[in-house]
Amino acid sequence: MESPDNEKPVFTLKEVKFNDILYIKELTIAEKKTTAMVGKSGSGKTTLLKLLNKLISPDSGTIYYRDTPLETIDSVALRREVVMMPQTPVIFEGNIRENLLIGLKFSEKKLSPDGRLMSVLQAVGLDKKLDEPAHLLSGGEKQRLALARLMLMVPRVWLLDEPSSALDKETEDEVMKKIMDFGKRNGSTIIFVTHSTPMAEKYAEEIIEIENGEIVSIKQNQHE
Amino acid sequence: MNKSGIVDIELWQLIAAYAYVIVLLVIVRIMGIKREKIIVVSSIRMTLQLIIAGYVLIYLFNHPSFGFLLLLFLLMEGFAINNTFTRVKVPLNRELKKIIAYSLCGGTTISLMYFLLVVIGGNTWSDPRYFIPIAGMLIGNSMTGISLGINRLIDSMRTERDRIEGALMLGATPKMASKDSVNKAFDASILPTINSMLGMGIVFLPGMMTGQILSGTSPLIAIKYQIAIMLGILGSVAFTVLIFVHRAYKVFFNKEAQLLLPEETDTKK
Repeated sequence: MESPDNEKPVFTLKEVKFNDILYIKELTIAEKKTTAMVGKSGSGKTTLLKLLNKLISPDSGTIYYRDTPLETIDSVALRREVVMMPQTPVIFEGNIRENLLIGLKFSEKKLSPDGRLMSVLQAVGLDKKLDEPAHLLSGGEKQRLALARLMLMVPRVWLLDEPSSALDKETEDEVMKKIMDFGKRNGSTIIFVTHSTPMAEKYAEEIIEIENGEIVSIKQNQHE
Repeated sequence: MNKSGIVDIELWQLIAAYAYVIVLLVIVRIMGIKREKIIVVSSIRMTLQLIIAGYVLIYLFNHPSFGFLLLLFLLMEGFAINNTFTRVKVPLNRELKKIIAYSLCGGTTISLMYFLLVVIGGNTWSDPRYFIPIAGMLIGNSMTGISLGINRLIDSMRTERDRIEGALMLGATPKMASKDSVNKAFDASILPTINSMLGMGIVFLPGMMTGQILSGTSPLIAIKYQIAIMLGILGSVAFTVLIFVHRAYKVFFNKEAQLLLPEETDTKK
């Protein structure tokens, strides 16, 4: 019997090795679920996200994206579906509007009108005008702008590296909840990296613990 | 003064010009600026190079030969390519060297041919009197432009690494992701030419025009030549750098559209 749609793997990794940083014997990440990767700094979490975004390639082993080996998929086409947000948010030259639209421009999608831009800004709790220069925002505001940029793109898979590291506790709760709800509503898969186990337990359905480049535990999480 | 009314510089007058440099050397020494050696070396090198160039030009003007002209043109291109390699602050891999060589040759040849065949026109295009000075000016300026462009491109691809990778993560092609760096390289290349054009006639009189006026040419003719050559230089620098950046940014990525590390770029085949 075929497994339910939401149990299908979005990524399957087999014998994946990258330098001396990461070695994964076998790993399956479920589609349309929220998965957290936890572990100390330098444990290989970010490297794993970069491998899934094909920003780097493994030295050996195979990564499958929806049953297709990653090496046979065009990198740019993959990244337009599997979008990554780095820990330090990237801000491009220009104002907030230009920074929001740049993801859609890069992925050659239809640009959103100002009303839609304002609604995603509101969703991440950023009370700013679209014409304001983006480089003047604080670290936390830049992180929220980067999340809003991803919301506009509605990617099939979100790869978030410490998405709330620059946010205070209250804003973190508010923004993370919005992102998770948004992802669920749109049938997206969310994979996020965090060093905070409480945060993983609060938002993820599956928690993968990484230590010294190897997976030490995978557990299903019963959260609200 | 000679028969054409031009003041010929006698040997003692030339020596007087060198005496001026000696005064400069004394001042530099007193002020403790340790640049005496480079001033002496560059003065001597310039003198020798110009004496040789002068005799080569006299020979060419008296015995015009297309083969010799072509050889001289290739030598100028070769010297410019080699000089560009030495002006770049970082080691260049084979791929980048190849791109520099054909960008410089392509950009300058297109501009030179357009200038000689269309702007100057007639049957004079292979006349050494036109061909050599114009080729020299186009190649020289394009060499400076491309050197600035390479340095800027390499620098920007390294310092803007996070931003370029950030763009790739969002689905940008390498071309989109490196657009800013490419634009900065282009700006850095043509800026000296643009600045020179903006100051021309107000801040200074350009060398070629001054030379023509001193040799008895009407200022109006000299100006027309200067305008044409400046537009030629602008075109040549821009073409050279456009050909360069159009290809060069690709060296920084692999076939998986991944941004290479600087050491990987150095060894990329």
